Amino acid sequence: MNETLNLLIGLAMGLNLLALGSSRLPSLIRAVSVQGMVLGIMPVIIEHAGLDWRILLVAFATMVGKGLVIPGLLRRAMRAANIDREIEPFIGFVPSLLLGAGGTIAAMALARALPLLPEHAKMLLVPGAIASVLTGFILLIGRVKAISQVCGYLILENGIYLFGLLLIHATPLLVESGILLDITVGVFVIGIIVDRIQRAFDSLDTRKLTTLRE
Amino acid sequence: MNLIINVIFRLAIWLLLAPLLPGIINKVKAWVAGRRGPPVLQLYYDLAKLWQKGVVISTLASPGFIAGPAIAWIALVGTTMLMPLGPLGSALSFRGDVLLLIYLLALARFCTAWAAMETGSAFEGMGAAREVSYAVLAEAAIIAAVLSLSVQSESLSLVTMLSPSAGAGAVLLGAGLFIVLLAENCRVPFDDPNTHLELTMIHEVMVLDHSGPPLAVILHGASLKLLLFSVLLVQAVLPLGQWPFFAAAGALAAGVLIVIVGVGLVESLLARFAFRRVPLLLTTAFLLCLFALLVAWKGGSQ
Repeated sequence: MNETLNLLIGLAMGLNLLALGSSRLPSLIRAVSVQGMVLGIMPVIIEHAGLDWRILLVAFATMVGKGLVIPGLLRRAMRAANIDREIEPFIGFVPSLLLGAGGTIAAMALARALPLLPEHAKMLLVPGAIASVLTGFILLIGRVKAISQVCGYLILENGIYLFGLLLIHATPLLVESGILLDITVGVFVIGIIVDRIQRAFDSLDTRKLTTLRE
Repeated sequence: MNLIINVIFRLAIWLLLAPLLPGIINKVKAWVAGRRGPPVLQLYYDLAKLWQKGVVISTLASPGFIAGPAIAWIALVGTTMLMPLGPLGSALSFRGDVLLLIYLLALARFCTAWAAMETGSAFEGMGAAREVSYAVLAEAAIIAAVLSLSVQSESLSLVTMLSPSAGAGAVLLGAGLFIVLLAENCRVPFDDPNTHLELTMIHEVMVLDHSGPPLAVILHGASLKLLLFSVLLVQAVLPLGQWPFFAAAGALAAGVLIVIVGVGLVESLLARFAFRRVPLLLTTAFLLCLFALLVAWKGGSQ
């Protein structure tokens, strides 16, 4: 079970780097959606002994929500705003990729120094969570377009979700489903906002938003 | 006496088999495109034809124009003597031979770039600049790959490094080395070997002024390099050392064939990348090898 889980977390970390390196919006959205799907399977693998229908339901909802609904909303926003698909980076692709890789390695090193429970020490959950949070930050800071920043926010949330998996026995699944609902609504709202920004400014460049006047 | 026969036997394998690989790549490309394509042995005919031709040497060029390709070829032949051939081992093996391998590859690259700049042609200077600037990134990836193999096997000699598989990081290492193979041999996402537009070429543009036997030597050297990298890739990924003799030899041959067919498929299915995207891909290769190194490290320490 540990190997499968570590493999999946490794895959999620690879998808982090893919998201940092992808130069077009559709491929960035695809990376985020695949990562969401991968994360959705994890509770089932962790809890495979005492599997009941509620965990299956949450896992299914996560996979559908993060893997299909949210990317679908983002794609619709992208089409509706009719924006150009090239990502303009604020921090270039190579530097952000190197930053992400450095962050991943630092997360590995940091997780070894943390006083984790013995059953969590062999898992990659903590380094994966820190690396995803860092990747989300890099995307939030280093990209200009609103939609790529949303993707950064989603990856950040994925990192927090990975942290939450450590406490899967302690937190009620209701919290997870609540968070999932929040993100879906958040992305839905952002989709509308993106359309409004596009109409008001003829561009999704968030740098232009800083020139707002009364 | 035995040693001499051994070396001659190896030289025969490497030198005679190498020109086969570009032929196979071209055959795969032709097959994907639905053409008949040139014969698999085309490069042998080309080499024979070029060898009989005369040489045109610019009045500006120093003897380095001829010496460059010659030294590069000798350096590449030297690397083939260091590279183990699966169950046969290598002709020459000592502690730290992997460093010599990296330096010989660098020497070959330096000599090609040097010879390219001999005639003072702006295009060839541009090609040489591109070749060495991509090589900086590709070499970082190779060094990370070599480090991960050496951490994995706790040795510094190629024979012991390559006989076990790369362990858990084998997939990462294989992917990284495959990208390096494409970059180092100027295959498609980095360079199009068929193009003859000077502005987009890397390797082809460096040999524009060479003709006759020096060009034959350059082409043969390039095919040797391709064979060298594919042999390195296959041995880094597969645990050939743990298998019986014939199984290992067969697996090595089959692996090289698969890698070469893979290069052909990549070449048919992908377009050449824009130059500004190339550093990104090479950085990816470096990161893949770096993570393979991390996996080897963590796996070894537990």
